[in-house]
Amino acid sequence: MMNTWIYARNLIVGLWIVFKRTFTKPVTVQYPEERPYLPPRWRGRIVLTRDPDGEERCVACYLCSVACPVDCIALQAADNPEAHDRRYPAFFRINFSRCIYCGMCEEACPTNAIQLIPDFEQSEYARRNLVYEKEDLLISGTGKYPDYNFYRVAGVRTHDKDKGEGEHELHPVDVRSLLP
Amino acid sequence: MATIIVDNKSYTVDERQNLLSACLGHGLSVPYFCWHPAMGSVGACRQCAVKQFKDDRDQSGRLVMSCMAPAINGTRISIDDPEAKAFRASVIEWLMVNHPHDCPVCDEGGECHLQDMTVMTGHVYRRYRFPKRTHRNQVLGPFIRHEMNRCIQCYRCVRYYRDYAGGRDLNVFGSHDAVYFGREQDGVLENEFSGNLVEVCPTGVFTDKTFFHHYTRKWDLQSAQSICPHCSLGCNTTASERSGTLRRITNRFNSQVNGYFLCDRGRFGYEYVNSPHRIRRAVVRQERHRGQSGTTEEVPQPFEFAADRVRQARGIVGIGSPRASLEANVALRSLVGPQQFYQGIDEQEHQLLSTILNIFRTGPVPSASIHDAEQSDAVFVLGADLLNEAPRLALALLQSIRQQPMEQVDELKIPRWDEAAVRNAVQNRRGPLFLAGYQRTWFHEYATDTYFAAPDDIARLGFAVAGTIAQESPSVPNLNREAGELARRIAEALSHAQRPLIIVGTGSRSQATIEAAANVAWALHRQGKQPRLSVVLPEANSMGLALLGGRSLNDAFDAISQGTADTVIVLENDLYRRADQAKVDAFFENARTSMVIDSLDHRTAAHADVVLPAATGPESDGTFVSQEGRAQRFYQVFVTDGDVKASWQWLSDLGRATSQKNDRESGVGTWHNFDDAVSATAMVAPEFARIGEIAPSASFRLVGQKVPRQSERCSGRTSLTSHLTMHEPPPPGDLHSPLGFTMEGYRGPLPSPLISQFWAPGWNSIQAVNTYQNEVGGPLRDEMPGVRLIEPGATKVAGWFTAVPRAFQPTDQRWLLLPLSAVFGSDELSNRSPAIVERIAQPSLSLHPSDGTRLGLQEHSVIDLAFQGATYRLAVHFEPSTPVGTVGLSLVPDVSGVSVPAWVDLCAAIKIERTRRAA
Repeated sequence: MMNTWIYARNLIVGLWIVFKRTFTKPVTVQYPEERPYLPPRWRGRIVLTRDPDGEERCVACYLCSVACPVDCIALQAADNPEAHDRRYPAFFRINFSRCIYCGMCEEACPTNAIQLIPDFEQSEYARRNLVYEKEDLLISGTGKYPDYNFYRVAGVRTHDKDKGEGEHELHPVDVRSLLP
Repeated sequence: MATIIVDNKSYTVDERQNLLSACLGHGLSVPYFCWHPAMGSVGACRQCAVKQFKDDRDQSGRLVMSCMAPAINGTRISIDDPEAKAFRASVIEWLMVNHPHDCPVCDEGGECHLQDMTVMTGHVYRRYRFPKRTHRNQVLGPFIRHEMNRCIQCYRCVRYYRDYAGGRDLNVFGSHDAVYFGREQDGVLENEFSGNLVEVCPTGVFTDKTFFHHYTRKWDLQSAQSICPHCSLGCNTTASERSGTLRRITNRFNSQVNGYFLCDRGRFGYEYVNSPHRIRRAVVRQERHRGQSGTTEEVPQPFEFAADRVRQARGIVGIGSPRASLEANVALRSLVGPQQFYQGIDEQEHQLLSTILNIFRTGPVPSASIHDAEQSDAVFVLGADLLNEAPRLALALLQSIRQQPMEQVDELKIPRWDEAAVRNAVQNRRGPLFLAGYQRTWFHEYATDTYFAAPDDIARLGFAVAGTIAQESPSVPNLNREAGELARRIAEALSHAQRPLIIVGTGSRSQATIEAAANVAWALHRQGKQPRLSVVLPEANSMGLALLGGRSLNDAFDAISQGTADTVIVLENDLYRRADQAKVDAFFENARTSMVIDSLDHRTAAHADVVLPAATGPESDGTFVSQEGRAQRFYQVFVTDGDVKASWQWLSDLGRATSQKNDRESGVGTWHNFDDAVSATAMVAPEFARIGEIAPSASFRLVGQKVPRQSERCSGRTSLTSHLTMHEPPPPGDLHSPLGFTMEGYRGPLPSPLISQFWAPGWNSIQAVNTYQNEVGGPLRDEMPGVRLIEPGATKVAGWFTAVPRAFQPTDQRWLLLPLSAVFGSDELSNRSPAIVERIAQPSLSLHPSDGTRLGLQEHSVIDLAFQGATYRLAVHFEPSTPVGTVGLSLVPDVSGVSVPAWVDLCAAIKIERTRRAA
C-alpha cells in the first residue's frame, strides 16, 4: 500500500518536471541551420597566420611538431636570402586525421603563427583530404594576436629590418671605436 | 686518487683534475661556459662558482670558481649552497642581458649549451627591460654562419681557433661590453679546423652553414656512428639524416682517435651523399653508348642481365677499392676468387703499401693513433703535408709541441688544466717538431726546423738522422753540410724525447722516404725509446686493402689485354683517377662486359655496360681500417630510395645468382646479413681475426630490444609521408645491425658504437659527451674504440733498409712534377659537396722563383700545360719553398687523372702563357 503511494508520487513529480520544461528555452539548436556561439579560444581547426605586415609568421622552428603528442605536424625549414632573408617553412603539413585538437602546438609556438580557431567542421569522406598543406593552412590575417611581429623583437636581420632597428635594440656597435 | 666532499657526500676523483671536471665526471651538474675538456680552464665566465669550506666546522665558506680550484684530497664544497646558487643565477642573468630573443630562428636551438645552462641555473624570466646591444655579422665563407648578437663573451672561440688550432684570422676586437669575435673584415675563415667553432661555441654565434641550408632540429635527426671517408685517419663522426637527406656531420668522441675535434673536410664534405650525380638506378648501357653518361637502355631486369654476363664470363677481373669498405672488398674477392682480385691502385702505390705493411708487420715499432700523436714529445715528419693530407693529425701535432714545455710547467707545480697559467709559463717555447717536405703551409711556422727538398733528399735526411741515432744503420754518402747539420739536430731532439713520433707521407710516392722513416723509428727503438711510426695513407681504407692483399691495377689491365679474362667488375673505383686515360679506355674496350658498382657518376661508370648503384658510407654498414691499422665500424644511418644497396649486398646477390646448386655451401652467395660478411672477412687474413670484436654483432640486444637511431622525441611520424599515403608504413627493418630505424627500443648505457647522438637529460648540446665518460676527457663508458689489427711482436728484430737514394740533381731541361695535396680538392668524395667546391682553389703550378725566371714565367700568370695527353690550364705561383728543379701541381678535380710524380719538360709542355692575372 505504502509502495503504491510512493510510485504515484514519483510519477506525478516526474511528469511535473517534464511539464515545466515546456516553458523553458530549448538547449538543442537546429544545426546546421542554426550555429552555436563558440568562444575565440575554442580549439578547432588549426591555421597559420600572418604578421601585421602580411608576411608568414611561421619561422619553421619545429617547436609545434615536437610538441605534438600524435606527431601529426611535419615541416621543413628553408631560407631565401633573395626574397626576404628570413626563415620560413618550405612545406608545412598537418595530418588532421591524426590531430586531437589539444592545442599544444599553439602553446609551443613562439611567434603566434599557429593558432586553433573555433571552426570544427572538418568532416571528409576520404582521409587523404584531411592532410592540409601550407597553402590550406595559411590565412591572410593575424588571427587572435593582431599586433605581434616576431621579427620586430628578434635580434636577427631581415630584408626590411637592419640590425639595431628592432624594438629595444641599440645601434650596432662600432667595433673600431675605443671610446668607453 | 683524492677524495672530495660535495654536498656532504664523498667522491673519489683524480687529483690532477679541477673541481669542475671532477664534479662533471661524477654526473654532478655544475654549469659552465668557458671551460672545455680539451682546452682547460681560464676562469673567465664565473658560471661554475661553488662554495668551498675549510673543514667540516666551517659554516660560512667562500665562493670559488670550480674550474680554477684543484681537486685536492679533502676538498669540501657545496654546489647546492643557496649563496652559490644565487651567484650563478646572477651570472647567467648578466650574460643573458644582451642575448637576443631569436631562439626560434637560431640553428643552435635545441642543442644549445647556453639554453641548457640557463635552464640548469633556473633563470626563467628576464628582468632587464632596456635596449640590447647589437652587432653586425660577417660573411665567413661557405662553412660557418655568424650571428654576433648571440655572443656571451666566453672567449672559447678565440681560445680554440688561435691557441688550439693555430688559426690567425679570427680574433676579438673592441672593448668593454661591446667585444666582437670575428675576422678583421668579411672573408673566409682560413683555418682547416674552423668547423669545430660550431661545437666549441656554447651558443649560436658560429653555426654550420651547410646544415642551415637543410635545417632540422637535433631531436628530429636519425643518427648513427660513421667513420670519416675523406682521409686515412678514420675520425669518428655522427652522421645525421632526416627525410632521406643526410643533414650534417658532427664530431663523435673517440678517446683514441679524434677526441673532440674534426677537420673541415670531414665535417663539411658529407654532401656527396645528397649529390644529384648519385647513381640511383641499376642500368644497362648498350655498347655503342659507352662513355656517354646519360644514355642508358631500358632493360627490364638489369640485375639478371648482370648475373647472366657473370655466368657467361670466361674469366672475371675484380677491381677493389681503397674507399670501399673492407666487407665490400672481401665480397668481391670471394666472388671472383683471390687470384682474380686486384686492389685497384696503381703499381707504385701497391708497392708502397706492401712496404708499409712489411714495416709494421716485421718491425718493432707500433703505429701511432692520433691520441698517441698528441702525447708525443718530439715529432719528425718526412714528406707528408699533414695539413692537406691528414689534417686532424696536424691538429694533434699542434698539441704535441706543448708536451715538452709541459715538463717545466709540472716542475713549477702548475696544474696542466690551468690554461692561462700554463700559457704564461710556457710563453713561446715549443717542443721539437721537424717538418721535411716540399710544400710550405702555415703549419710550418710551428716547426722547430723545416727542410724543403725533393723526395730523394728528404729520404736522405731521414737516413742521415737514423745514421746519427744508431751508428749501425746505413750512413748517407755525400750529404751536404746543411742537411748533415739538420740531421744531427733532429737526431739529438728525438733521442732526448721519451715518446718520439715519426710521421711519413705517401703523397710523393717515395719508397725511400718510407724506408728512411722506418730506419729512424727502428734506430730510436734500439736506443731504448718508445717511438711510434705513423704513415699517412692515400685513402680511408688503404690499410684494409693492403692487409687484404691482391695485385695492382696494371696486372688487371694485363689480364684483359692478354685475354685471360673478359669480364670486369669495378667496385667503387674511378679508374681514370688512377691510370692513363688511354690505358683505361683500352681496358674497357677489350673487356666484353664491364660492370661498375658505385655511388657517384664518374667517367668509369660512364664506360660500364652495367652500373649497379652502391650505397655510400652513411647508407651502409662496413669497416674501414685507418692508417694506424685500427679497424672501425660504420653503421647505416638511413634507407635511401632507388635501387641503392650496399656494395657487398650487390656482390652477394651476384654470388647467389651465379652459383651452382651444389656449391651453395660457401662463398659470398651465402652471406645473408652483415654478420656473415664480418665472419667471412675474419677468415680472409690472420690480421682480420679480431674484426668481429670492433662492434656488437647484429644479434646484439639489450633487454631484448634493438637500439633506436632516432631520438626519444623525433617528430612528424604521422605526417611526414601522409601526402603520399595515409597508411603509415612500418619503419624499415634492419637485419644487419643491432640498430633500428625507429624511436623505439632500448634507452640506457650503450657500447660506444651504438650511441646514436650524445644526449642526456638537461644536456642537449654536444657537451653531453661529458655524461658518457667516467672521467671528463677520458674514454667513454663501454668504449669500443676499434681494434688495432697490427701490433709489433716483442721478439722482432729490425733489418735496416739500406737503399739510400742519390741526391736530387736538378736538370736543365726536365723538372720533377710533384703532387701538392689540397685539403679541399684532392679527395674524390668531398669534392662533390657544394660547400667544399666553393673552397677548392684554382689548379696551380708552384715553382721556385729562379725556375720561374729561367722559364720566363710571370707570377700569377696563367699557362696551358700539355702533359700526359691532356692540356691543363694552371695558375703560376712562385714559391720559394719549392725545391729548385721541381714543380708542384695542386691536385684539384680539374687535374684529376694526372699521374704524378713524373718528369716533365716544361719548356716544351708550357704551350701558351697568358698575361692576364689569375683570379
